Amino acid sequence: MLQLGVAEPMRECEYSQISTRSSTPMETPYKKRTPKKRKWQAFPGRNKFYCNGRIMMARQTGVFYLTLVLILITSGLFFTFDCPFLSVQLTPAIPVIGGVLFVFVLGTLFRTSFSDPGVLPRATPDEAADLERQIDVANGSSSGYRPPPRTKEVVINGQTVKLKYCFTCKIFRPPRASHCSLCDNCVERFDHHCPWVGNCVGKRNYRFFYMFILSLSFLTIFIFAFVITHVILRSHRQGFLNALKDTPASVLEVVVCFFSVWSIVGLSGFHTYLISSNQTTNEDIKGSWSSKRGKDNYNPYSHGNIFTNCCAALCGPLPPSLIDRRGFVQSDTPQPTPPTNGITMYGSTQSQSHMAAATPLMQSEPVILTDEASLPGRTLLGGPCSGALPLGGQPTPPTSTPNLSCDNGMLPTRNDHSEAHHHHHTDGVHHHFLTPEEAPSPPGMLPCGSPLGHSHTLQGFYNPASQDSLHEDSVRGLVKLSSV
Amino acid sequence: MATHSLQDMRQQAAIAAKVFIQRDYTNGTVCQFQTKFPSELETRIDKQQFEETVRTLNNLYAEAEKLGGSSYLEGCLACLTAYTIFLCMETHYEKVLKKIAKFIQEQNDKIYAPRGLLLTDPIERGLRVVSFRKQCDSH
Repeated sequence: MLQLGVAEPMRECEYSQISTRSSTPMETPYKKRTPKKRKWQAFPGRNKFYCNGRIMMARQTGVFYLTLVLILITSGLFFTFDCPFLSVQLTPAIPVIGGVLFVFVLGTLFRTSFSDPGVLPRATPDEAADLERQIDVANGSSSGYRPPPRTKEVVINGQTVKLKYCFTCKIFRPPRASHCSLCDNCVERFDHHCPWVGNCVGKRNYRFFYMFILSLSFLTIFIFAFVITHVILRSHRQGFLNALKDTPASVLEVVVCFFSVWSIVGLSGFHTYLISSNQTTNEDIKGSWSSKRGKDNYNPYSHGNIFTNCCAALCGPLPPSLIDRRGFVQSDTPQPTPPTNGITMYGSTQSQSHMAAATPLMQSEPVILTDEASLPGRTLLGGPCSGALPLGGQPTPPTSTPNLSCDNGMLPTRNDHSEAHHHHHTDGVHHHFLTPEEAPSPPGMLPCGSPLGHSHTLQGFYNPASQDSLHEDSVRGLVKLSSV
Repeated sequence: MATHSLQDMRQQAAIAAKVFIQRDYTNGTVCQFQTKFPSELETRIDKQQFEETVRTLNNLYAEAEKLGGSSYLEGCLACLTAYTIFLCMETHYEKVLKKIAKFIQEQNDKIYAPRGLLLTDPIERGLRVVSFRKQCDSH
């Protein structure tokens, strides 16, 4: 059912990109006064903005509302039904502590969901052209066939790191950055895209995300413990069944908390490990810095000790947003290239010269894009669980090759890697990483029991023959189709 | 190739007007720019001046991202006040960004504008590049 809804929002978005900004190319006799647009209105990524650009979220926010509703309902029931009894019988500190935890959870959730995760703005046409020129010079200009994948190597603290060129954003990605195909943005220090908070988790909101899951773990354990205490205390007086009859809400709370505890606490533990070793989820899953790769493989970003890593991640300076959502669009400054799919290619660039500079870069792409753009499953998988899948899980798309350039285009199977990964969180949640070869076959029912499980969307399946994000979307589309 | 010639020409014209200094990632993800002197600027400014400018910029960015007692304090205080403190106060990073903007303005006024160049603040380019724009078409 969700599938049918996808094509329209996608098209709406594309049409709105072309709408007002493509000015009439010829000189008009009188100047039309167009109202000044804010930059968020012309933002090329797939994000939603609210409150005139102050709030920024991913496209699919259904699961975020689910998270919010679960937290509000469970906490609401706790404060309404359990707290009166407990504050009288035990201590009034219980609702107070619960209240503080609740406020903290909501605060960090909103902060994670609404803030810019560290999106890298796309290159202006001038920059893109300059980079192209440099690459052509380096490779020797190629004509006809698609140029080889663009990577740059850089040595950081003794480790060789490959910087990949992002075809969508037209930049060389900084180390640790990754392109989120759900949001169609490159994000700095990309951790993962979290559907539960409805946003990517990256450099700017990682600490809020961590605080959120940590405080949510405490809140869940807190509610779980005290609801059970409540039921036990009542049972002493009335007997178990009567107690349950008096507080039916407690049953619901216990059920929700029981399933949440496993996944949330596990996730907190996992992220605590990541923070202390200064890795991102992306790097950990790919095994970028694991010693299994080689004796000399170590994490060049780690500060050396756990304490410094934690402090740096949680209390370090908060970098500002690079995308300036609420600034006004200057009609004379060069705008970054619009979302590069075959349909909107010629819209929304400001001036003729910039268009001229931009189009050669995109000439080679439309042939492939128009084929893939027709697949319906394009934006779906990051979103709320579809009817076909049980709550909480989504078949995660093919992951990127660990550290390899896009030359070979081969993906190792990830299943064994991910299952054996002991850092990977808990029993309640399983993830299947499908390779593109496996993708067309139905994934079956994913045993994701917990409603608050977590899915990681990993990026960067680079096939030099096509645009990365759209290719990934098309594979996802295949998976989606097969799972229905 | 013939079909692209007009676009190439425009591209060349567009490119020749701007020189981009890319990021230098050898120290990790900290914001630093390459100090290598680009050949297109050889006729306009001297190497020393250029390197001095870029080095100062690099130092300022390093200061913005420095981990130390004061930044930890700010982080902890912010956490305790649920980040509401930033409604009244600017982050350390933002303060340094203002310093950088002032520095760039100064450099433009004193050094680069007289030579027909305009240095743009990297924050306007998402901290990806430092760009020099050639103002007058003297040649």
